[in-house]
Amino acid sequence: MKRVGVFVCWCGSNIAATVDIERVIAAARKMPNVVYASDNKYMCSELGQASIRESIEKENITRVVIASCSPRMHENTFRKTVAAAGLNPFYLEIANIREHCSWVHKEGEVGTVKAISLVRTAVAKAARNEPLTPSSLQITKRALVIGAGIAGIQAALDIADSGYQVDLVEKEPSIGGRMAQLDKTFPTLDCSACILTPKMVDVAQHDNITLHTYSVVEKVDGYVGNFTATIRKKSRGIDMEKCTGCGICYEKCPVKVDSEFEAGMAKRRAIYVPFPQAVPNKPVIDRENCRYFTQGKCKVCQKLCPAGAVDYELEDEVLTVEYGAIVVATGFDILDLQAYGEYGYGKHPDVLTSLEFERLVNASGPTGGKILRPSDGKPPRTVAFIQCVGSRDQAKGKAYCSKVCCMYTAKHAILLREKVPGAKPIVFYIDVRTPGKDYEEFYNRATDEYGATYIRGQVGKVYPEGDRLIIRGVDSLSARPVELEVDMVVLAVAVTARADAAGVGRMLGITTNAHQFFNEAHPKLRPVETHSAGIYLAGMCQGPKDIPEAVAQASAAAVKVVGLLNKDSLVGNPTVANVDESMCSGCLECTQVCPYDAIKEKSITERRGRETLTRTVAEVNEGLCQGCGACSVACRPGANNLKGFTNEQILAEVDAVCL
Amino acid sequence: MKVTTDTICSDLLKEVEEYSGEKVASCIQCGKCSGGCPMLEAMDLLPHQVMRLAQLGLKEDIMKSKTLWVCASCFTCAARCQRDLDLSKVMEGFRVIQLRQKGGNTMHPRQLTPEQLKDAPQQAIISGFRKYSK
Repeated sequence: MKRVGVFVCWCGSNIAATVDIERVIAAARKMPNVVYASDNKYMCSELGQASIRESIEKENITRVVIASCSPRMHENTFRKTVAAAGLNPFYLEIANIREHCSWVHKEGEVGTVKAISLVRTAVAKAARNEPLTPSSLQITKRALVIGAGIAGIQAALDIADSGYQVDLVEKEPSIGGRMAQLDKTFPTLDCSACILTPKMVDVAQHDNITLHTYSVVEKVDGYVGNFTATIRKKSRGIDMEKCTGCGICYEKCPVKVDSEFEAGMAKRRAIYVPFPQAVPNKPVIDRENCRYFTQGKCKVCQKLCPAGAVDYELEDEVLTVEYGAIVVATGFDILDLQAYGEYGYGKHPDVLTSLEFERLVNASGPTGGKILRPSDGKPPRTVAFIQCVGSRDQAKGKAYCSKVCCMYTAKHAILLREKVPGAKPIVFYIDVRTPGKDYEEFYNRATDEYGATYIRGQVGKVYPEGDRLIIRGVDSLSARPVELEVDMVVLAVAVTARADAAGVGRMLGITTNAHQFFNEAHPKLRPVETHSAGIYLAGMCQGPKDIPEAVAQASAAAVKVVGLLNKDSLVGNPTVANVDESMCSGCLECTQVCPYDAIKEKSITERRGRETLTRTVAEVNEGLCQGCGACSVACRPGANNLKGFTNEQILAEVDAVCL
Repeated sequence: MKVTTDTICSDLLKEVEEYSGEKVASCIQCGKCSGGCPMLEAMDLLPHQVMRLAQLGLKEDIMKSKTLWVCASCFTCAARCQRDLDLSKVMEGFRVIQLRQKGGNTMHPRQLTPEQLKDAPQQAIISGFRKYSK
């Protein structure tokens, strides 16, 4: 026989003003198994908690029901109170008579009746509460950072500076990401490479960072503190030990293809270093375009390499490494403009994307930093910048605001004026959004000091006439039609999640939103965590953001990682799923519904009479299980139960309300 | 009137900024000037519209507007503008541009009636001719 004690809280007037506490206590005393009931004005206060502890000891109470606020508020507080009185903390049950009752029922009678009903269900469940013990999990003191753009670099540096080993994995041949492609940064106009490359060098030289470039994470198993990742280091075709980075190989390579780093504005060779400040500054052979790999002959680079470092036979290397925590910083792509024929992109060489314009402005870019028209190599006198190309477009683009375009377009207008004196920047916009420190002031400089004219309205059409481009649109502020003759058009194309983001999410067991940006655990209060413990987010892969925000988020993710790795062990959550193997039919429906990949099949052997049988059952990995209960619902024979929320307990609650 | 590269790159903005001493380019079209203008009902273009047309270089539309002459220079707009612009000075700038237009608003002695000539101070008429008849 369980001895249940009921403790009803007034919460000042929050509960007591609506609910008749006396009646609740009187009703509780008549409920099955209840041996004691009392009240307190503030049950969570020191005095309130002391009264609970005293009553437990005096009345020999074995199960505790506290009727108070939501368990989200004080479940932990009261679990500790119960434990201090010598009971298992999971013997506690909370009846939420504040958020679910007094706050929503202004009329006292209804509130009181409902409070009694809520207490009755809690009593019914508490009588069936079993002792639960959290497991203890070990932690591997090593972190994995996926993606080495500015966010991944910052996260890796912060974790490494705190004294933990970090593996930084980058799929491109060099670290640096998108920031390396940019020319200047708003709102200070300092050169992007100048502030990024010192960090890249820090990464390369840091004792606690192991860099894996030209590598991909192929598989991640395990759970918080105990992840196992499979990393494929793609073969560069270069012996990294021997290569001195002299560059003779790529000077003589006969193959020329569009450079990804230059956004297609310049060519690179089939053996190449993506950009001069690349880390590591050693080449890679692009096997899809290399003449030796496609046609079986050439080997010019091998013949010319003075160090004998070119080795076509080098194979991919596959590593399996254990980690305690993972930071995802996989970055972003830009929208494919196929659906936007009206802007003439791809049809006219002088219609560029903003990323192409960045390369055009950059001193190491295809024109050496001179802004010249791709069509005839002349400097443009008038340049139209079109914002929101694909952003804020619910019909054929992305519904969201890309967040960085307003600011970099103002920057482009300023840079144009600085590089081509007398040139006129004209910006088409829907709204100018400048939320950030010194951002509005920066935009004001573009209009006030650099003569940028802003036209409020989207462009309807861009088409060539002679060697110039005609833009047709409207200025919705003055309601006047606009028809401009310009020399160049720059499109501020929407940023998007990486094309493979959904796949990466599935591999890691983290979710994405409708646009394939990774979901944070809470939009305000847990912005760097994911719903999978031990996996954190940094940078654009979580949603559009600028460099300062990406860096801040990366440092925040690093603190979360360090906080985790600092612990000696983790306390597991005891309310996890549990399979009764004797009842499990082995249908494995539970493995299909589990969002955390926490249930696997297992073979068991058992004796039936004289026979020995082998059959399949489900097995729960308690480290991965988050206790959502989806498997219990899906289980047809009822073999799967969530500890602390078993079918028996839930049905007892239902009976207490209905019977 | 249509907005073109020519209107945007014309000298109108520079000219009116020079005459008025106000940074017309920095107007963000919040509309507060028009919101508080006491002469609004008599205007064909609202004050903020004049600013916008100036930014786009649409001179003709401004020149034919009654607004320039309806503005009472009460400075309500100047007191309230969050970009610290004084629109009455801008209006005055446009009036100056209009008055100084070659061929427009010239004054011919023959148009004056004998009564006007009789009452008008001669000095004023002569200085007016000097200023506006070029």
